[in-house]
Amino acid sequence: MGIVQIIAVITILLLLVKPLGTYLYYAFSNEPNRSDRIFGGIEKGIFKLGGLKELGGMSWKKYAISFLSTNIVLVAFGYLILRLQGGLPLNPNGIGELEQSLTFNTVISFITNTNLQHYSGETGLSYFSQMAVITMLMFTSAASGLSVAVAFVRGITGGKTLGNFFQDFVKSHTRIFLPLALLVTLILVALQVPQTLQPTLEVSTLEGQSQQIAIGPVASLESIKHLGTNGGGFFGANSAHPFENPSPLTNVIEMLSMWMLPASLPYMYGLFAKNKRQGWGIFSAMMILFVLLLSLNFYAESKGNPAIHAMGIDVSQGSMEGKEVRFGIAQSSLFTTVTTAATTGSVNNMHDTQTPLGQITPLALMMLNNVFGGKGVGLINMLMYAILAVFLCGLMVGRTPEFLGRKIEAREMKLIAIAILIHPLIILAPTALSFLTDLGQGSISNPGYHGLTQVLYEYASSAANNGSGFEGLADNNTFWNMMTGLVMLLGRYISMIAMLAVAGSLLRKQPVPETIGTFRTDNGLFTGILIGTVLIIGALTFLPVIVLGPIAEHLTLR
Amino acid sequence: MKNTNEEITEQKPVSKGAYLFSVVRLSAILIILCGIVYPLASTALAQVLMPFQANGSLLENREGKVIGSELIGQNFRNPALFYGRVSSIEYKAEASGSNNYGPSNPDMLKRTSDFIAQWKIDNPDVPVHELPIDLVTNSGSGLDPHISPAAARVQIPRISGLTGVPSDTLKNLVKEHTEGRDLGLFGEERVNVLKLNMALLELSAK
Repeated sequence: MGIVQIIAVITILLLLVKPLGTYLYYAFSNEPNRSDRIFGGIEKGIFKLGGLKELGGMSWKKYAISFLSTNIVLVAFGYLILRLQGGLPLNPNGIGELEQSLTFNTVISFITNTNLQHYSGETGLSYFSQMAVITMLMFTSAASGLSVAVAFVRGITGGKTLGNFFQDFVKSHTRIFLPLALLVTLILVALQVPQTLQPTLEVSTLEGQSQQIAIGPVASLESIKHLGTNGGGFFGANSAHPFENPSPLTNVIEMLSMWMLPASLPYMYGLFAKNKRQGWGIFSAMMILFVLLLSLNFYAESKGNPAIHAMGIDVSQGSMEGKEVRFGIAQSSLFTTVTTAATTGSVNNMHDTQTPLGQITPLALMMLNNVFGGKGVGLINMLMYAILAVFLCGLMVGRTPEFLGRKIEAREMKLIAIAILIHPLIILAPTALSFLTDLGQGSISNPGYHGLTQVLYEYASSAANNGSGFEGLADNNTFWNMMTGLVMLLGRYISMIAMLAVAGSLLRKQPVPETIGTFRTDNGLFTGILIGTVLIIGALTFLPVIVLGPIAEHLTLR
Repeated sequence: MKNTNEEITEQKPVSKGAYLFSVVRLSAILIILCGIVYPLASTALAQVLMPFQANGSLLENREGKVIGSELIGQNFRNPALFYGRVSSIEYKAEASGSNNYGPSNPDMLKRTSDFIAQWKIDNPDVPVHELPIDLVTNSGSGLDPHISPAAARVQIPRISGLTGVPSDTLKNLVKEHTEGRDLGLFGEERVNVLKLNMALLELSAK
């Protein structure tokens, strides 16, 4: 039954890819289309109020500066509100200001679409902060990522310009995130996710004890949390909390919400490239890697923890520590894989408690960071690997490599090398650094090899802008707030700016006509080479540390 | 090298100040739209259309007093009632979460073996190999309202002995309160412990 559920969800996803990808294409191709009638007027109003008179194409530098300056303004606003929340309205539970390093970490975490949470929503944030800072940054960070991805796609598929950041940014809100979020919110409320401004409830239980139940505007955050691949929960327990995710049905809706947009982007890319097979090639590479890693997690979690088996109880349900009964193994395992593939980072079961082999799946997906990936970034990263694959093939046969009819030369490869190398660097170097200091080591809550995985996971999650955690790690202190804050910043902006530069550079090149000798990038062979490139680079970089963490724990567990 | 795109933007120069002012204004509009209008509009719609769900799916007892939410588990300590899952936060729902014990964590292994030892004393009629793992383990949220049907069934001999309700009646009660998979496909079969215990108390009161 578990496998049937998983296949059903994947089938629904496959059915959504084409219509959504087409819609995304029309939203961003800027050709006149039917959706203009609904949204065109609102967008004109927003541009007018914003004082944006002209929306001409931008150079890559202008695009990057617009993207960065908007992000800086939003993050400054968020910082102020969190520091002042005690005196602001909509604070029925009387919550005070957030500590300085924690505020720094939190605003960076949300503007970078990471949503690593070192605070606990119930006790750390007022309802106003949950709405005006957390929910708002969930929209704007997702829209920023999507805009950059669209600009990158325009650049490599021979568009006239990269487009206009402000136009893409506003359209992402009006045509995609706001309408979808409202729809998903209402569906979630119908399925029992709360949406209220009342303070924490106090009830007298069936046994007559007092129970306080934290509540709030949960559904409106929950929907954009997944649609924007953000992942930061209203409550500390995230999507394992019954108010955030009350039933298997809401679980399916949340998984599809975070998965459908990243999965549709390759199709949109195919439309921009005027060759749908290009898009399906990229999509297939992602899906094959996804299914491989999902299988590993599902197998390991179903098999369970041998140390518990030895105690002689009925373990037919699999590894249930840190999981919810309503989800069981199938819905938990699929959620773990989707949330780390799509770099959402919401969790419906605690990744810290998973079996050692099961833990490899979320770790590997964050280390690869290109299997579907977060809003836009996953597609950019996968295309980056596609260009690398073309380059490697070119080296082997001794031809100048081309991608979509444009020569790949030294400048592009240098930028891509930076983007590919920065990711392992900001995971492995801080992990090593943390083990060298007492501050880092002191936060580890699980002894032995598992402790290494805890630290590694925290940085992999920060670098991939995922935001899930091995939550046992005591990470709310100045050391971890600063370290992960920096890793999140570097992980988000360096590769995005480098890839905008690649797009700008490819845009300037004369197209090379396709000949019989051109290496094709829209067939099964290329998809295979692409998967190979991703796995070889990923394994060369990260295998040693995976052996030291989860594999060593697996071998010693009995 | 001159970039064609830079030429486009250079045709109509915008001063730096005006550009920055636009960035700030656009950000302000989106802050209001996404951070204030959207959540408040969602709240208004939810409260008008679906007040029961929007306010936490609260359950009332016979006297009309709210005794909890059907979604949030409670800490049952009376051995004559069905127990829920292990919760390191004892179902204190002002917060949520668990200890996040890794699979090799000695504290977790000790907690589990202690639980099993105590279980043997309290439930001498049920062999340990029938004790389902969900009853022994900590849920992710610490607030899991459900247990598996098997975890309810293994508690029947104990509850029947303490309350005098015949075990066949209890078996039927568990069966009635077993919720199937969503749409017959998604998730797992489960029993809501709070609802089951409410029904059990009504039964024993008769």
